[in-house]
Amino acid sequence: MMFELLGIPPQVLMGQLLLGLINGSFYAVLSLGLAVIFGLLNIINFAHGALYMMGAFVAWMLLNYFGIGYWWALILAPLMVGAFGIVLERTMLSRLYKLDHLYGLLLTFGLALIIQGLFRNYYGISGLPYQIPAALSGGTNLGFMFLPNYRAWVVVASAVVCFGAWFMIEKTRLGAYLRAATENPTLVGAFGINVPLLVMLTYGFGVALAGFAGVLAAPIYSVNPNMGADLIIVVFAVVVIGGMGSIMGAILTGYMLGLVEGLARVFYPEGSAVVIFVIMAIVLLIRPEGLCGRAA
Amino acid sequence: MMVSEATGMSKLHMAIFAVLLAFLVALPFFVYPVFAMKVMCFALFAAAFNLLLGFGGLLSFGHAAYFGGASYVAAHAAKVWGLTPELAVLCGTAAAAVLGLVIGSLAIRRQGIYFAMVTLAFAQMIYFLALQLPFTGGEDGLQSVPRGRLFGIFSLQDSLPLYFFVLAVTLGGILFLYRVVHSPFGQVLKAIRENEPRAISLGYDVNRYKLMVFVLSATFAGLAGAVKSQVFQLASLTDVHWSMSGEVVLMALLGGMGTIFGPLVGAAIVVSMQNYFATFGAWVTVMQGVIFVLGVLLFREGLIGVLSRWLKRPL
Repeated sequence: MMFELLGIPPQVLMGQLLLGLINGSFYAVLSLGLAVIFGLLNIINFAHGALYMMGAFVAWMLLNYFGIGYWWALILAPLMVGAFGIVLERTMLSRLYKLDHLYGLLLTFGLALIIQGLFRNYYGISGLPYQIPAALSGGTNLGFMFLPNYRAWVVVASAVVCFGAWFMIEKTRLGAYLRAATENPTLVGAFGINVPLLVMLTYGFGVALAGFAGVLAAPIYSVNPNMGADLIIVVFAVVVIGGMGSIMGAILTGYMLGLVEGLARVFYPEGSAVVIFVIMAIVLLIRPEGLCGRAA
Repeated sequence: MMVSEATGMSKLHMAIFAVLLAFLVALPFFVYPVFAMKVMCFALFAAAFNLLLGFGGLLSFGHAAYFGGASYVAAHAAKVWGLTPELAVLCGTAAAAVLGLVIGSLAIRRQGIYFAMVTLAFAQMIYFLALQLPFTGGEDGLQSVPRGRLFGIFSLQDSLPLYFFVLAVTLGGILFLYRVVHSPFGQVLKAIRENEPRAISLGYDVNRYKLMVFVLSATFAGLAGAVKSQVFQLASLTDVHWSMSGEVVLMALLGGMGTIFGPLVGAAIVVSMQNYFATFGAWVTVMQGVIFVLGVLLFREGLIGVLSRWLKRPL
């Protein structure tokens, strides 16, 4: 790998592709959560970014207030964020299912403002550091590039979680109930399945995924009340590009767009911030229902 | 009776507008004129947004793009090209119309929730452009925009002449939007909002109407932003940020979506809240969030919506 590709040193190219893959991992986990929630609740969860931020903060708080380290946080933070999500679903979202879907968007936008505002009040906006766990510090020299161990872990962990979620939804009995309830909740309820419980757990699960992504992100990006706000808008664009019809579609689109963004950072850095939005415009022109979406 | 109420201006509305005008003429002698001008700009912004949401049934979550985009263009026109205020405002408004045409023609290809996400994503793209393009001044924005002379004659240096210029433009804009809502075009919009398949079956080219109302809404949002840049002599990233898009949604929700006077009341409340609670920092964001949540859960008609139901009159 000593040659240069189009005048770009391979280290730079591979480095940016890795960075793209990591961003793509977050896009994938977050858009997966949005797709799961949308499938059953018909709500776009605007609070997803805020709950991702909350996952990172819960990990930080567990470490700094209780001395609980990264590995426990990786399990506890998603559970706590998921439980918080279930409270939100029971007390507020469940009142909106019979209304226009736009109200769900407005409600969750309000929730995002509240959560972000509260964290901004108590922790400022400068960002808090979170150490990479000892087992994953350092890196590996692959010959053509230096691979930080933690970044490799993020890619692997998110891929495993995405695959696990896909397997559960597409291949298990519980997933079959879920898919059936997405198609026709009334009929599934008539067969004796507790649909409201299923809806509640689905929202909790989708939100827990966001919390999990937040913990993964904590050592890479500084823990910051605004960390989810801009990310969620990009994830919305990812969801529009992929369409929310298929779980696998949401995951793959997430990874793919992360990589495209990485490539843009190599070949046209000025455009890297907007490349996903440009792709969204192109997809809207040629395939408005999204790459994996079903025509309405 | 129904026909005249649908297309003409009812006596009640005429009276309210007259009282409003008298109130606004007297206002600068009692409150800080710049604050009053800010409220008027946001009232026009909210009214333009409400045309799209309340009467077109389309929730745009990216109206900051037109408001802020126009604000940048108008500030640039006044500062760098040295245009007079009315021409600078026209430039900004035209830019918003073009932007609305481009984004609108893409966004109307998706419905409902997707439409909201698409408009939000494009607005974020405009935000990144405002951050990166060479003429926007990056983090600083465009500062100390000169106020200039209206038509090259009347100096707008002092607050009072500027105030009456802003009053004329914003109230004129609001009256124009009122006229649009109560025109045959507005009636078709209502038909599309209530039952799109039926409007299609009646032979209306629904997408053309949606695009037209989108462009109109973007244009007047732009007019509001362009005027605001002349008042504050500033175009900044705040104007194009997603939180600005959220604020205008809040104004419409709080005042009453689909009412005539709701957005104006909502704008006055939200702007006053920011003004008087500015020292509380991020608590203002929390309060806005709480109003969103309560508004959606308990109070979907908004203030004017409730009043209108009590009085049994459309307001």
